[in-house]
Amino acid sequence: MATKRFEDSLKRLEDIVKKLEEGDLSLEESLKLFEEGIKLSRLCTRQLEEAEKKVEILLKGGGKEFETRPFMVEDGTAEHEE
Amino acid sequence: MYLDYKKILTVSELTQQIKQRLEEGFREIWVEGELSNLRSPSSGHYYFTLKDDKSQMRAVIFRFMGRFLKFALQDGLSVICRGRVTVYEPRGEYQLILDYIEPKGIGALQLAFEQLKEKLKREGLFDPAHKKPLPLLPKKIGIVTSPSGAAIQDLLQVIGRRFPTVEILINPVRVQGEGAAQEIATAIEELNRVSGIDVIIVARGGGSLEDLWAFNEEVVARAIFRSAIPTISAVGHEIDFTIADFVADLRAPTPSVAGELVVRDKAELTHLIGSLSDRLGNAMIHQLEGGKKQLTFLKKSVPDLRLIVGDLQLRVDDLSSRLVPRVTHGLQLKRERLKGMRLRLLLRNPALLIKDCRKTISLCEKGLVDSTRQCIDHARQLIERDVGKLSSLSPLQVLQRGYSITRKLPSYQIVKESGTLSEGERVNVVLGKGELFCQVEKITH
Repeated sequence: MATKRFEDSLKRLEDIVKKLEEGDLSLEESLKLFEEGIKLSRLCTRQLEEAEKKVEILLKGGGKEFETRPFMVEDGTAEHEE
Repeated sequence: MYLDYKKILTVSELTQQIKQRLEEGFREIWVEGELSNLRSPSSGHYYFTLKDDKSQMRAVIFRFMGRFLKFALQDGLSVICRGRVTVYEPRGEYQLILDYIEPKGIGALQLAFEQLKEKLKREGLFDPAHKKPLPLLPKKIGIVTSPSGAAIQDLLQVIGRRFPTVEILINPVRVQGEGAAQEIATAIEELNRVSGIDVIIVARGGGSLEDLWAFNEEVVARAIFRSAIPTISAVGHEIDFTIADFVADLRAPTPSVAGELVVRDKAELTHLIGSLSDRLGNAMIHQLEGGKKQLTFLKKSVPDLRLIVGDLQLRVDDLSSRLVPRVTHGLQLKRERLKGMRLRLLLRNPALLIKDCRKTISLCEKGLVDSTRQCIDHARQLIERDVGKLSSLSPLQVLQRGYSITRKLPSYQIVKESGTLSEGERVNVVLGKGELFCQVEKITH
């Protein structure tokens, strides 16, 4: 359950890498950060891979519920009438 | 000069004639002038004065005409109008009734655009503080656009290329014409109610100012402002700026650019994470190697403890070997001192002293006794000598020779002369051996 936002995870990962590269940390701290970094990179990768492609369109009916149906993506041609 | 009484008109008749002439003569005219004294009473009609530097004229736009007004009338505006002249008999005034009005210099739409932009800006709808940041990785994108336009195709293509696995939900609307603005506003509100939408795109392809007009309407601007979900506006071409663009959290010059702004390239992100991972690993390895090197270096710098311990051990042995005799000797000395002291103490032993004293006392006693004895002996000798002398002198000796001592009784006073006695007195006579108790019979002197 990825409750952390992707950009937050990514930012934290970048920060960790920077800190480790600066190299001013004790071995213990480095290992702790490294562990966190690995976790984050796995999390980010997972978040990227998640979700299936789905393109839908809302049906304008009368009902309250939002009904949808799949929307066909036409192969792009140059001219299209509005 | 006499007045010609032939044609005397009443005021009404004159007015009537004037009215006819004016109204016929100016049935449809175009006038330009400056608007002033604008009044808009509750009737909804607009009354104002149209003027230039030399003249002025009353004008009115009736409410049902005013409905088509795209821009707001305001004092000072230069306008071009179309209308007719009428005469209002009760007040003897002429005026223009207008059925068309447009701002001079710029189009009505343009002016309306400027007016709304100014109004909303003053209200703070364009304020950067209100703009929300877009999520880096949206899971579901809501799009308000025409389902049959080019905009949606462009969007889907670009998004599909960059990040195919994101969900998209389209809320179809008309993007121009009567009522389109309301539809767009409603669509934005609807998407706000669908769960899971991270970002909304409001999109329309290129067109004229009139074509894009729906996105300049107040209702759309307010719907975008109220949207809790970050909203991108992608209307028209690069050069087109609509009110929606100003209110939105982000403006995309075209729908295609919106596609690039709303998602990052997935491959790019994957690569970024990969490179961060690599750097993470390398930094860690580097640190560990660094640590190892340091350790090796330190190990070398650290002197072999065993050697040090060995050295120290030797020193300890050496010192202790030197220490012990000294200590022992020292002890010895101390012991001797102690012995000496003990001895001295013993010599001063009270018991000894007492013994000595006793001895001394005995000796003294002895001495005393001896000397006393001697004294006594000596004294005895003297006494004996004296006794002998005394003895020879003793009356008792004399007595031995036959003498006697007469003593008066009862006083035992020695009688040396008879005169002390009287006849009949009793006397004691001590002889050489024994005593006599006599009475005097006769005294002779």
